[in-house]
Amino acid sequence: MAHPYAHDTHGHGPHDPNDASDPHSHPTAATYVKVGVFLTALTVAEVWAYYIPSFVASHFFIPTLLILSAVKFATVVLFYMHLKYDHRLFRALFTGPFLVAAVSLIGLMFLFGKLAVRLGLLT
Amino acid sequence: MATVDMTADAAHPPMQHHYTSTGLDHRKIGIWAFIGSECMLFMSLISTYLIYKGRSLVGPFPHEVWRDPSTGHVMKAILNIPVTSASTFVLLMSSLAMVLAHDAVVHADDPNKKGYQNSKLWLAATAILGTTFLGFQAFEFTSFVHEGLTIRRNLFGSSFFTLTGFHGGHVTAGVIWLLTLLSIDIRRGLKPKDALSVDLAALYWHFVDVVWIAIFTLVYLIK
Repeated sequence: MAHPYAHDTHGHGPHDPNDASDPHSHPTAATYVKVGVFLTALTVAEVWAYYIPSFVASHFFIPTLLILSAVKFATVVLFYMHLKYDHRLFRALFTGPFLVAAVSLIGLMFLFGKLAVRLGLLT
Repeated sequence: MATVDMTADAAHPPMQHHYTSTGLDHRKIGIWAFIGSECMLFMSLISTYLIYKGRSLVGPFPHEVWRDPSTGHVMKAILNIPVTSASTFVLLMSSLAMVLAHDAVVHADDPNKKGYQNSKLWLAATAILGTTFLGFQAFEFTSFVHEGLTIRRNLFGSSFFTLTGFHGGHVTAGVIWLLTLLSIDIRRGLKPKDALSVDLAALYWHFVDVVWIAIFTLVYLIK
């Protein structure tokens, strides 16, 4: 059986998702540092928002925090966990259970009255 | 264009890949499947916390002041955001140190590797930062107990200690894994052929980090 990720004589060919030693399969150290700075900036923004009373009282506070948190989550998963560069089966193994869990959480929030949709049916 | 047949062991001796019918290493499939199952575990714990949020009959509460009617004692909001922000920063930096450790192992045999590409340094830094995070958590738990919040005190205490305690347990397991890798690195040096072993530990460590990203926002910041 041929190696599934055979390279030509110049070393060109499909990236082997098993080969964690392949330096071309991951971002550079400089990219990792930039991602770290970005994550720190988002964390500072989150905590800063927490200390602005008028913003905390507004309707934008919770959505803003959830969006910032989701961006941080996605950034770590895509860059630090290399899911952006990795095989689609790994992506499926993570996003499948994650989506099931997220939908379950949202469903439970509706079930226990933590979330509600205003349909305009009640007066 | 000619291709090099990599099936011969001699052509690729250092890489001990365990290929499966998918063509992927089963250890990496295993860690991703494990992380997927962990997603559901932590989502169930976070759901439980959110469902019980605001339903405690007695204080202390996370964000509100509470006066004990029997003693008249006033209990302040118990969550300490500055301390938790610092511990969150520490865990984020540990993730950065972990990817730099992996990068150093990948380039261990590279004659042009930079001075900072030292796997021992970054593995030790990751373990130290992880231990520092656990220290912050121990401080937080101790101060909560002193202020009257125990796991049996109210619904907030039960769900909070269960959620963050499970996370702390995972961080502890990660620190042990990192120290194991560090001891191997000190003993014989980690080489590019070991990159997958470091990658597996890194994936676990980053997952612990992303779980904390969710906990920090949902438990600590959203009132």
